[in-house]
Amino acid sequence: MSLQQFISQAISPWMKKEGPNSDIVLSSRVRLARNIQNVPFPMLAATEELSALSDKINTHYSRQSHHRFGTIELLKTEDMKQNEKRVLVEKHLISPALSDESRAGAVLLSEDESLSVMINEEDHIRIQCLLSGFQLTEALKLANEVDDWLEDKLDFAFDEKRGYLTSCPTNVGTGLRASVMMHLPALVITRQMNRILPAVNQLGLVVRGIYGEGSEAQGNLFQISNQITLGKTEEDIVQDLQSVVLQLIQQERAARKTLMEQSRIQMEDRVYRSYGVLAYSRTMESKEATKRLSDVRLGIDMGIIKDVSANILNELMILIQPGFLQQYAGEVLSPEQRDHRRAMLIRDRLHLETKKNN
Amino acid sequence: MLCQECKERQATLHFTKIINGEKTEIHICDVCAKEKGEHIPGSKSFSIHQLLSGLLDFDQTVSPVHSTGHTPSREALSCPSCSMTYEKFAKVGRFGCAECYKAFQSKLDPIFKRIHSGNVVHGGKVPKRIGQDLHLHKEIEKLKQELKVLIAKEEFEQAAELRDRIRSLEKSLAEKKEG
Ligand SMILES: [Zn+2]
Ligand SMILES: [Zn+2]
Repeated sequence: MSLQQFISQAISPWMKKEGPNSDIVLSSRVRLARNIQNVPFPMLAATEELSALSDKINTHYSRQSHHRFGTIELLKTEDMKQNEKRVLVEKHLISPALSDESRAGAVLLSEDESLSVMINEEDHIRIQCLLSGFQLTEALKLANEVDDWLEDKLDFAFDEKRGYLTSCPTNVGTGLRASVMMHLPALVITRQMNRILPAVNQLGLVVRGIYGEGSEAQGNLFQISNQITLGKTEEDIVQDLQSVVLQLIQQERAARKTLMEQSRIQMEDRVYRSYGVLAYSRTMESKEATKRLSDVRLGIDMGIIKDVSANILNELMILIQPGFLQQYAGEVLSPEQRDHRRAMLIRDRLHLETKKNN
Repeated sequence: MLCQECKERQATLHFTKIINGEKTEIHICDVCAKEKGEHIPGSKSFSIHQLLSGLLDFDQTVSPVHSTGHTPSREALSCPSCSMTYEKFAKVGRFGCAECYKAFQSKLDPIFKRIHSGNVVHGGKVPKRIGQDLHLHKEIEKLKQELKVLIAKEEFEQAAELRDRIRSLEKSLAEKKEG
């Protein structure tokens, strides 16, 4: 398979559509946690009860057409190979917990992969809508529609006082987790993140580096999400997050402008050095790759690099992960082999760009 | 605020732990939270639950000053539906089933208050089909609020329309109860 073909199959169709403010916000996600009446939560339920639920959802919702998402299909985790599950995790369509630990786990997936409904994860049902760029309210709207659609045939555990009942007390009420993935390199370079993070925390929001690996955000990517799920309406929760994200967008833009005005040469040097490393390295760890990709993406957004497409960061962040590298190679790879393959894939990807533009 | 474990990174999780009436503030970063979480076998991806369990596992017995001599016994709460005990819930940080919410009802308000910034009552969406009556009640409440605003603004024409809508909703709610 050619790289071009591989990319077009590997990247979720929703990612290819450029969303609003996509120079800073990579994606918006809304998740709703739901459970079924009279069935214990997955942690305690018998495997037969969980299978029965998965079968019921299969019967009513698999291969069904949804007016907003098109055809929706149910995939069972037990039918998937290890690396297929890993690839779904890397695409954020299922969680590591569903991939590794679930009994009777399954996922309802829409064709464009903007909708994924996890079944028998920590809760019976977790509806997730993913959109590119800054589209939180749209994502909430879609998730709500799917929620209504599912509620038509499923009796959700709901209590007038506590709302939607969830396995973990941190999700009770709305069951809503709204999050936004942001690329904030200029705020990191200008050392403003240290000042901003505690303030954002105080507003009841959580900031994480991607995958929560360490506090140092890989590739200057930050996921910002709500912490409180009880006592507020879904719209208010999303609104609160929205207004903080808007402020961060403004501050990041201002910081980029300042950097270009005050240290243009240093910025150009940083961006082109990273571009050079990506274009010529023979082996590369994922940590360095994400850092360099962040620089190049910043270079594209600031107009320093003109002939590379802007979604290269989003794309390569997905492609350079172990599952995808192995999928592309068609074999299991050791960490050293992965570093080698990663460097190769990035070089090939950049080469595709130059070919496209000549 | 710096994380109290590593004293290096920004603390991102903050909570109050009460043991024997003594309040301790905990401020910890994601990394340390994760490390702590990894000490429980089989819970590697749920570090948050270990932190939560610290939060849930507070002893609500009276402080020694007020005790009247006998040792206060810890209530043996358990869920009739899934047999989850309160003690286990406090340890794993997760409910066993929807009924647990009722079984542990007496202990939940302070916990939710801590997790959800003082909130204990749901204020969001109500499921359409199951919560139809609830839905009507809420809708009527909302419209009544709007009606007040309209009357205050002396927009009587709109207010009259709204009043009619409220009446018809109240009627359909009453009919449902009878049917
Ligand atoms: Zn720490
Ligand atoms: Zn229970």
